[in-house]
Amino acid sequence: MSVPILEVCDLTAAYGRIEVLRGVNLSVPKGAVMALLGPNGAGKSTLVQCIAGQKEHTGGDIHLAGVNVHRAAPEDLARIGLCTVPEGRSVFPNLTVEENLQLMSYAGVPAAAVLETAFSYFPRLLERRKQLAGTMSGGEQQMLAMSRALASDPALLLLDELSMGLAPLIVEELYDTVAQIAESGVSILCIEQFARTALRVSDYAAVMSGGRIVASGEPAEVLETMSDVILGGAA
Amino acid sequence: MDTFIAFLIPGLFTGAAYAIAASGLVLTYTTTRVFNIAHGAFGMVLSFVFWDLTIRQGLNVVLSLFLVLFVIAPLIGFIMQRLITRGLGNAPVGVSLVVTVGMFVGLIGFAQQYWPEDRIEPEAPRFVPPFWLTFADGDGVPGWQVAGTSITGLQLITILSSIVVAVGLYLLLNKTRIGTAMRASVDNPELLRLFGGKPDNAAALAWMIGMSLAALTGILLVSVVGLDYFGLTLLVVNAYAAAMVGRLKSLPMTFAGAMGIGVFESLAIGYSTDSPLLSTVRPAIVPIFLFAVIVLAPQAQLRIGQVKGMVSAPVPSIPRMGIAGAATLLVAALFVTTASDVRLLQLGTAATYAIVMLSLVLLTGYGGHVSLAQLSFAGVGALTYAKLDEPNLSGLVMATLVAAGVGALVALPVLRLTGLYLALATLAFAVIMEKVVFKSPDLGFGSGGAVEVERLSILGYRFESTGAYVFLMVAFMVAIGMGVLVVRRGVVGRMLIAMRDSPAACGTLGLDMRWFRVGLFASSAGIAGLAGALVAGLRRLTGEADFIFFNSLPLLLLAVVFGITSVTGAVLGGVGLMLLPVLQAETVNVLGSDVKLGGLMFMVIGIGAVLAARDPNGLSNYLFRFGRFLERRLRARIVAGLPQLTTPDGLAADGLTDGRTDGGADETAVHEPAPTGVPLGKVVSDGAPARG
Amino acid sequence: MPLLEVDDVVVQFGGVTAVNHASFEAEAGRITGLIGPNGAGKTTCFNVISGLQRPTKGAVRFNGRTVTRTPVHRRSRQGMGRTFQRLEAFGSLSVRDNVRVALDIHRGFRGIIKPSASDIDGLLERVGIRSYADDRADAIPTGTARLLELARCLAGAPKLLLLDEPSSGLDETETDDFGDLLEDLAAEGMGILMVEHDMDLVMNVCDTIRVLDFGEVIAVGDPSMIRSDPKVQKAYLGYSDVDVDKEPVA
Repeated sequence: MSVPILEVCDLTAAYGRIEVLRGVNLSVPKGAVMALLGPNGAGKSTLVQCIAGQKEHTGGDIHLAGVNVHRAAPEDLARIGLCTVPEGRSVFPNLTVEENLQLMSYAGVPAAAVLETAFSYFPRLLERRKQLAGTMSGGEQQMLAMSRALASDPALLLLDELSMGLAPLIVEELYDTVAQIAESGVSILCIEQFARTALRVSDYAAVMSGGRIVASGEPAEVLETMSDVILGGAA
Repeated sequence: MDTFIAFLIPGLFTGAAYAIAASGLVLTYTTTRVFNIAHGAFGMVLSFVFWDLTIRQGLNVVLSLFLVLFVIAPLIGFIMQRLITRGLGNAPVGVSLVVTVGMFVGLIGFAQQYWPEDRIEPEAPRFVPPFWLTFADGDGVPGWQVAGTSITGLQLITILSSIVVAVGLYLLLNKTRIGTAMRASVDNPELLRLFGGKPDNAAALAWMIGMSLAALTGILLVSVVGLDYFGLTLLVVNAYAAAMVGRLKSLPMTFAGAMGIGVFESLAIGYSTDSPLLSTVRPAIVPIFLFAVIVLAPQAQLRIGQVKGMVSAPVPSIPRMGIAGAATLLVAALFVTTASDVRLLQLGTAATYAIVMLSLVLLTGYGGHVSLAQLSFAGVGALTYAKLDEPNLSGLVMATLVAAGVGALVALPVLRLTGLYLALATLAFAVIMEKVVFKSPDLGFGSGGAVEVERLSILGYRFESTGAYVFLMVAFMVAIGMGVLVVRRGVVGRMLIAMRDSPAACGTLGLDMRWFRVGLFASSAGIAGLAGALVAGLRRLTGEADFIFFNSLPLLLLAVVFGITSVTGAVLGGVGLMLLPVLQAETVNVLGSDVKLGGLMFMVIGIGAVLAARDPNGLSNYLFRFGRFLERRLRARIVAGLPQLTTPDGLAADGLTDGRTDGGADETAVHEPAPTGVPLGKVVSDGAPARG
Repeated sequence: MPLLEVDDVVVQFGGVTAVNHASFEAEAGRITGLIGPNGAGKTTCFNVISGLQRPTKGAVRFNGRTVTRTPVHRRSRQGMGRTFQRLEAFGSLSVRDNVRVALDIHRGFRGIIKPSASDIDGLLERVGIRSYADDRADAIPTGTARLLELARCLAGAPKLLLLDEPSSGLDETETDDFGDLLEDLAAEGMGILMVEHDMDLVMNVCDTIRVLDFGEVIAVGDPSMIRSDPKVQKAYLGYSDVDVDKEPVA
């Protein structure tokens, strides 16, 4: 078996005295799509920030394609093929669509190629190339954000709450794009509250709660655990 | 029509120079959120560098120009960004302001030190000839005839340069990836890093370009303004107004604003010769304009989501305060009965500065607002006291109230705004006071003039002798110091700190912060006004020279260096500021050559403030720590060595090793004798090391 | 008449609609839960209600008065108290002084003349953080700081409490105690509107739950109704045409 593209071993992280990650173990095989589910405050976004180099972890290791990446800067990780789409609208609102796309060329693919890929996938972006990104609808902004994942040909794609605050139909469209990216062989770790949507495109799934992975396995078996964790199975 | 054009052309010239300066300012502010008050000072220093290279070293002009604009200035910009301003954008605006004010004062000190005014170098006249001095059309007047007036080569070059800068910046920001990244890092630097961009590099580039533009402004203006430390520096203040027109972000608006200001100013100068009112107001046109633009700025949103304790606040108990105050008065009483008149005047001056700094403790230390006009408020107090000609308590009270009222008037229009805007409003106010009000013969002291002032009498007793008067001043200082501490201990003080920590929470708890802020500003201005009235009486003569705008800056910086969160810091700062001119006159022998301390002091203060700004508790904090350390050590030794010692000892010395909190655990009966011989300046302490 | 009415509120940032024609109310003496997935516009709703954010459209009525354009501090004086999702404690002050400031503000000029004393410890006791009274507020755990914000609100004796994720950072027993406290407060007649992610807490204490999704209220009801509402399950678990064998617990 080949080296997993992402391996997280016993990762801990904290905000001040408050421990948010309490020993996370997670492995994403090369070429696979893994959905990471869990309620708010479970530590999912913190995990993404640690992997992307935005937040320093307090213990444990992160290996990207077998290489320990402790203390690597996010921009350096981005340049060697880690594409992180953080939660919220991950576009620059006061730049035009075209300028947003131009900045995506930092990851290594020339700007002209990025533009071409983006416009061929999302013709609506072509219509709006001169528009400020912040004035587009949420779905269009997320298309723009996904263009980076599409065009920059990453080794690993981290998607954090792609669906946040979006209408269901648009979420479906976005996940179609995720499926397309996955087909091209990109490994994806996809953080989501909307379990079913994410599970539709994933090969594996894991559930996080209280700073730990509490369940993992095939999508269908994980969904049941998931609903307990999220809607409160107790009462 | 011809006169109009004759005024228009110099207006376009100054407008173009402002535009170049202001665009540098806007560029650095938008990319790093640091408003560089020292922008003009950098321009001044770099124009001196240019003069040094061309005239003193005799280097080729074009080569020098290249060196300054494309090597030295960018290098300085890079170093500034890497060493000083990195991370400052997220700091409270008070901190970043103090840091750049520190650079401002430090640079002036550096220029005075490195290129002293009185150094005589026959081979290097202090003069930079204007570029492209041509008499091409042979009429004996430089430049070319245009519509009945002449336009010089320098004017043409400046206007062309501004166009080149405008086009260049437009291309950089809109057509290149690094320029786009600069704008992106304004929106969201974290996201830019996830894209693979480096916001730090974008910031460095912005500072490098900003510095080059400052240098260009300085070099273009130097042949007109002359090699003047202050003239060149303050001229760029006018560029702030242009930057404000662009709301500190739009470059096109900044350019338009700069041109507008330049032309308007020039026309006003041209046409105001017949109108006495206009010619009085003339020097203040740009500051008034700046003030107006600030007032029209959009409302700031409350920032939500940060728990940070800025002020570390244990305050001394009331008995401890009383003891320290009494000790100070005792020392002062001993001093005034023995010291010479010269020393007495120095002590009086120190007390004045200390009182003004106490007003800053209240405003900046507790309230978190920065004022760049504290001495101007003192000037208002002095002026009121002098003009009222009522040398008694009611005159003093009136002086305080008028200064407070003026303070409220400055704060009122900018109520909705915060931090930077408020500070710039005080700056505009200070310039207006200096240039218009204080100079006015009817309203103020008269140009270069001075007004005689009688000393105070209270309940029929006239403090005629200098000793008695100085003692009275010290008493006022102690009283205000204690007053500030009582406020800090009480309801109002807690609210001030709460407002500083979280305005949003204060709002949702039901506090109307606007009036609180006006009250705070007014009280602070009132205290400064009182100090002004007192010092006017001390000198018996007061004039505009005592309250010039620039001197408010070292005052603010010394307060920060010594600790703007504590009364002790203010008192020590007062002494320090008084000693400044005394030390400035001194020369010391360094490595066989005499070095004048003049500019050096400014440099030290500036650098000190840059270093100290991040810890508002300042030097006095180290003193408190040292005091606590001594207290622990001595107590251990005393307890071990002299177990029989049971009676408290050394009441007056108590003030020397304080820093304990009123709620603290140190309630032992053993008071240790502390080292003596520390002069006045230990009133009370209230600063403990910051935890946050 | 309900204590609080949010009437057809719309909030747009740039082109993005954060709150989309949201209408709901909160009643005195009852605990209303406002739930919904991340980014559904809950905190923005709170900002509109408390006055930190002007709505693009719509109105907020409180206690029979329209307060849509009333400044923040005046709404507070009319009896609105709120806590923050991202903490807003006064970091330089002790926990006790945090509450003291709130009391002083509430009492206004009376407070300046006659400082408050004994009620503070009572308030700290009530929310269960008495033991932290002398700690600086920037040095206490998140959960404690949230309780501190609650104590600060209670100092103003509000008619309506707006709690933004109050339980995050609390452990299980603390959350249980917190739930009891909320029920007590409601029993005293206080209206409580709470944004919360801990579903156990929401289901246990709330009288009414309103579910917000992409800026709209999609469901209203008591806990059992909400739990079985398919729209809610969709909002939380996602919409998909994938066949899933079992429906989540109903």
